[in-house]
Amino acid sequence: MSMLPQLLFTGVSIGSIYALVALGFVLLIRSANIVNFAQGEFSMMGAYFMVILFAGLGLPYALALVLAVVLMTVFGVAFAWITYWPLRDRGQVPVIISTIGASILLANLILATYGPSPQVLPGLFDGTGFLVGNVFMDSQYLSIIVITVVLVALQYLVFEKTMVGKKLQATSQDREMAALLGIPVVAMIFGTFAYSAALGGLAGILVAPILYVSVGIGAMIGVKAFAANIIGGFGSIPGAICGGFIIGIVETLGAAYISVPYKDAFAFVMLIVVLLVRPQGLFGERIAEKA
Amino acid sequence: MHTASSRKNILIAGGVAALAVLGAAVVAPSDGYYLNIMMQAATYTIAVAGLVIVLGYCGQIALCQAAFLGIGAYCVALGTVDYGLPFFVALAIGVVVSGVTGIFLGFATLRLGGHYLAMVTIGFQMIVTMVLTNWIGFTHGPDGIPGIPRPSLGLVDLKGGSVYLGLCLVVLVAVTVYAALLKQSRLGRAMQAVRDNEIAASTCGINIFRTKTVAFGICAALGGLGGGLFAGAFSYISPDQFTFNEAIVLLTMALLGGVESAIGAVIGTILLVLLPEWLRFLRQAYLAVYGGAVIAIMIFMPRGVWGLVVGRFVKSRPLSDDATAPLPLLARTGEVSDTIVLDVTGLAKHFGGLKAVDGVDLAVRKGSVHALIGPNGSGKTTMLNVITGLYVATAGRVRLGGRDITELPPHDRNRLGMCRTYQNIRVFRGLTVLENVVIGAERAGNDVSGTDATVERAIAALDFVGLRQVAHLPVGDLPYGHQRYVEIARALAGSPEILLLDEPAAGLNLTEKGEMAALLKRLKGHGTTIVIIDHDMRLIEKVADHITVLNFGRRIADGDPRSVFKHPEVVAAYLGEARHEAA
Repeated sequence: MSMLPQLLFTGVSIGSIYALVALGFVLLIRSANIVNFAQGEFSMMGAYFMVILFAGLGLPYALALVLAVVLMTVFGVAFAWITYWPLRDRGQVPVIISTIGASILLANLILATYGPSPQVLPGLFDGTGFLVGNVFMDSQYLSIIVITVVLVALQYLVFEKTMVGKKLQATSQDREMAALLGIPVVAMIFGTFAYSAALGGLAGILVAPILYVSVGIGAMIGVKAFAANIIGGFGSIPGAICGGFIIGIVETLGAAYISVPYKDAFAFVMLIVVLLVRPQGLFGERIAEKA
Repeated sequence: MHTASSRKNILIAGGVAALAVLGAAVVAPSDGYYLNIMMQAATYTIAVAGLVIVLGYCGQIALCQAAFLGIGAYCVALGTVDYGLPFFVALAIGVVVSGVTGIFLGFATLRLGGHYLAMVTIGFQMIVTMVLTNWIGFTHGPDGIPGIPRPSLGLVDLKGGSVYLGLCLVVLVAVTVYAALLKQSRLGRAMQAVRDNEIAASTCGINIFRTKTVAFGICAALGGLGGGLFAGAFSYISPDQFTFNEAIVLLTMALLGGVESAIGAVIGTILLVLLPEWLRFLRQAYLAVYGGAVIAIMIFMPRGVWGLVVGRFVKSRPLSDDATAPLPLLARTGEVSDTIVLDVTGLAKHFGGLKAVDGVDLAVRKGSVHALIGPNGSGKTTMLNVITGLYVATAGRVRLGGRDITELPPHDRNRLGMCRTYQNIRVFRGLTVLENVVIGAERAGNDVSGTDATVERAIAALDFVGLRQVAHLPVGDLPYGHQRYVEIARALAGSPEILLLDEPAAGLNLTEKGEMAALLKRLKGHGTTIVIIDHDMRLIEKVADHITVLNFGRRIADGDPRSVFKHPEVVAAYLGEARHEAA
């Protein structure tokens, strides 16, 4: 059992990544009622932008990081313009299918460009880490946790305490009504796409040194972020974050104590159990459609 | 009437097609390459037909059809090679295992929105690949299983390539016929109703959850069937044939061909089985092309290739003028009795701190028109939603014909005779006017339910509201006011014990309002029990026997129209306008 604290540390760190991606996911649901199946590919794109800027063009790490995140916001807007905007009045299913198409398109464009072999990205810091008690605090894992906590706190403030957040919530609940009240609905939705893409991209860049940058990374992260959402309660922000942490911890422990090849299956099994036992998730789903 | 004849047409067409493909398969030159392509197309199409049912008919996104294909294929491969089972026994096991797995997954996820199924099936697809690859002791792992035998059927040997292809094609024709018949059946209409409008489907008596689960179960079973035949066709299978990428290919086939019909499945599959041969120069990028194609299809061709053909060349014909048996209600005369049909006591609905409805009583007498009025936000529609079961009551009881229905889901309340319309029109947009109304006639408690007479009943209901001439048109093609009448006809076709109308005159112009008032009077004249919400006091005054007034979720007045309009609180709530209008 002496491994347990170390595993928990790792689990929380991996869980932070899922939480960040899940957060971007929830925001799109809340601002535009869009379920984006390419959310995981946002992370993949972020990591590959970093590969291009840092490894390819040789920019300094910090500059490459900032540029990659900025590029992701542009990418998010373009993504919304192609996959969402033409279908905005046709209900949820066509948009879902279109984002599925986008995720296939992106993953395979990258595959065609870079091939199946993974790319390597360095971490934020040169140092490897330090010991606290008998837990080794790897610098990359630790920075993932810290950055996640800061971003989550910031976002909570924006969403719950500012006018922008209230407008976003209004947009999600009733687009027509929000527009009548003078809320710039279109800007709100595109802005959410941009932010959501940046968040996903950042998660991808952060996790790249741990998981390697490969094409499969997007689908894997996407499925777990979605599972995190359901476990936490669909559309709930605290739910998405908690769900992310829970999945990170469970699969790290599962891989250590049960089976490595089936590591990616634990999230799924947990998802099915939650759906059967408590389908509204830990924090409950939002109110359903108005009759 | 015409359902029976079109059913016969489908069966005849299917029989002819089966003979034709069988003949063609056996007679045509059996070159190996051609056979392989044909066998792949035939077995894949069976699986794609499953997607047509779950996605096209029922509007649910499933992304694991390759997993079900794999389950079917591995059941046949392991059953015949490792366990020595006869081919057809192993095939049946594959179909059952796939179908049961599908029903289990559906049971876990379909209580919730469609996106849950999509994501859960992605996860399931990944896990099936994981298990096929890693559980080497059972599945032989990544090496796959060679030497899968083909069957004999009695004295007929099906081991030859062209004969086996014939078998696959006959099964394919059978599946296509089944899908076409399903679409016209009660279950198929229920699926389409769920796809178009879940809320309206539930108050039309459709068990949404069960309908979706059955659709997904059928989809999974067809995946297993296609997979089992696939294993026999190629005599060798391995995990990489059943990955997420293949699931996407199958989905693209369905979307490209058109998800409305199994014919779309055939077209889409043939195109995409041939396409990789032409796209070979793209190598790795062909899946990227598929991804881009999915987006483009959704934007520019949502009904797929077959949908375009149907939209362009197939014109539906108006119904004949044949007389039909009139609505049963026409035989009745209007009379308000003292029997209470709908008895609501202490009903409350709170949303967090908001008390939308707060302890309201309502007693609706048989044969009466009972109006529920009040200013905007007074809780009228919420009240209707709780009565019909769309919202769960916070407190209070609802009784229909003496029976406590407070805990029943909407479809069970409908079975007991409760039919309603909506303020924001909720029709099934993918269906014709007639099909919309047939769904109403199929109400489980209706006298014609489960027989072919539902069509006749639906036509009678359309006659009653004057829409027979447009019965064959897609309901979305009708002007707004007429869609309201379609909703009313849909409710009337179910011979309701009680009819709840939520602002039937909203959005109508003056002439249309007059027509609506006349229709309501006719209904009243035939003794239909009605609860009506409306803001038009002229209309309410013309038809109501009894009025209940709500304000801020509470009942402020209740009684006959004359006394209610004089009630000081009612006058105050309407700022004096109501008195003026009612005077």
